[in-house]
Amino acid sequence: MTTLSFTPNLRRHVATPDAVVQGATVGQVLERYFEVNPRVRGYVLDDQGAVRPHVAIFLNREPIRDRSRLSDLVADDAEIFVVQALTGG
Amino acid sequence: MALRLLVGTRKGLFRIERTGEGGWDLAGAWFLGDPVSAVLCEPGAQRIHAALDLGHFGVKLRRSEDGGGTWSEAPVPTFPPKPEGFEDKDPMRGLDLPWTTRLIWSLEAGGPGELWCGVIPGGLFRSLDGGETWALIRPLWDDPRRQKWMGGGYDFAGIHSILVDPRDPGHVTLGVSVGGVWTTRDAGASWRLIGTGLRNAYMPPGMEGDPLSQDPHRIVHCPSAPDRLWMQHHNGIFLSDDTGESWRELTEVPPSSFGFAVAVHPRDPDTAWFVPATKDEQRIPVDARLVVTRTRDGGGSFELLSRGLPAGPAYDLVYRHALAIAADGQHLAFGSTTGSLWVSEDQGDTWQTLSNHLPPIACVRFEG
Repeated sequence: MTTLSFTPNLRRHVATPDAVVQGATVGQVLERYFEVNPRVRGYVLDDQGAVRPHVAIFLNREPIRDRSRLSDLVADDAEIFVVQALTGG
Repeated sequence: MALRLLVGTRKGLFRIERTGEGGWDLAGAWFLGDPVSAVLCEPGAQRIHAALDLGHFGVKLRRSEDGGGTWSEAPVPTFPPKPEGFEDKDPMRGLDLPWTTRLIWSLEAGGPGELWCGVIPGGLFRSLDGGETWALIRPLWDDPRRQKWMGGGYDFAGIHSILVDPRDPGHVTLGVSVGGVWTTRDAGASWRLIGTGLRNAYMPPGMEGDPLSQDPHRIVHCPSAPDRLWMQHHNGIFLSDDTGESWRELTEVPPSSFGFAVAVHPRDPDTAWFVPATKDEQRIPVDARLVVTRTRDGGGSFELLSRGLPAGPAYDLVYRHALAIAADGQHLAFGSTTGSLWVSEDQGDTWQTLSNHLPPIACVRFEG
């Protein structure tokens, strides 16, 4: 099971409760989450299902590698954190 | 009901309302901190749509059913999956064109329950249920000429003007930056590229008149005489008397024929307003003197209107959606990139400053 949490910066726009979700890949974990929280999808992913350019997804404290297909494998007891990728000053 | 104005800015949506004493008050402020790129108040309805650009978190739509009392999140027009292996690149730089809504640039009401939405990177969307669901207009998106559209001020092309013919909601005409003028007579099923007579001076020799390479900054039509269109083009001011099929350029318009915004009187097709700027590297008022220009004779002559506008140097630029006229044909308003907002109650003869301290203004629209 994977623990999924989100940047507090999203809370002013959409509710993003922490969740413990099952899935073999980052994409599967997110899909499970969006099934319960459908509004969150468009804040994290673009129209093609890729991670938005200024959003970062950390898997066990490392940025995921596959930002378009979300195929990074997720082991048991993983932690996924979705944050803003801050750019600029 | 009091006359009301919606103002979309870099940091929120504001409502300015005319008071009984002839003043104007701030009567609403929503989405503070969030860029508002477009706003639509459906005619005769309490329903308002506001398009937000949340940057990191994408483009959103908010909808109010009670005139701004409460807002809820509404579905956003999204692109269908890009076919595997399909090459779709920006023609100028060879960048992959994102099949993702980057910015909602125009929102217009059509027939009952019908909405049109123009976006960057060049998609046109239609809703038949008041914005509950949206569909990309595939015949336009799939037209191979669409792939030749270029970015103007933004990275990718966009649809900024959507003219729905009040006589026939299936007749819709678009202004595209940079991709010319397009029209449909069957609600989007088929499209024609139109615009003979337009001229784009910055194109290579021989291509100035190519309809696909035209850079309209904004197109409006006269609601009571919708054959008449006015265009503020990158290269000048044009008008059409045949719903955009052919255009005539107005030259030697003082103090400059460069600008972004244009408004036309709702009942007098010969009366139109512009906010000129120095073309085109500077994009500030000519000689730093802010004026509005008005023609009352179909472009035969122009008056410079400045009473009530800043007497000293001003560096305000007015974006394409930031000049509006009310349905009464008397009230005009415009807002600038430096956060100033002016209103006129006499067709532009005199202006009053409503604020010099708003965030940069993207769009203004009278309600009702």
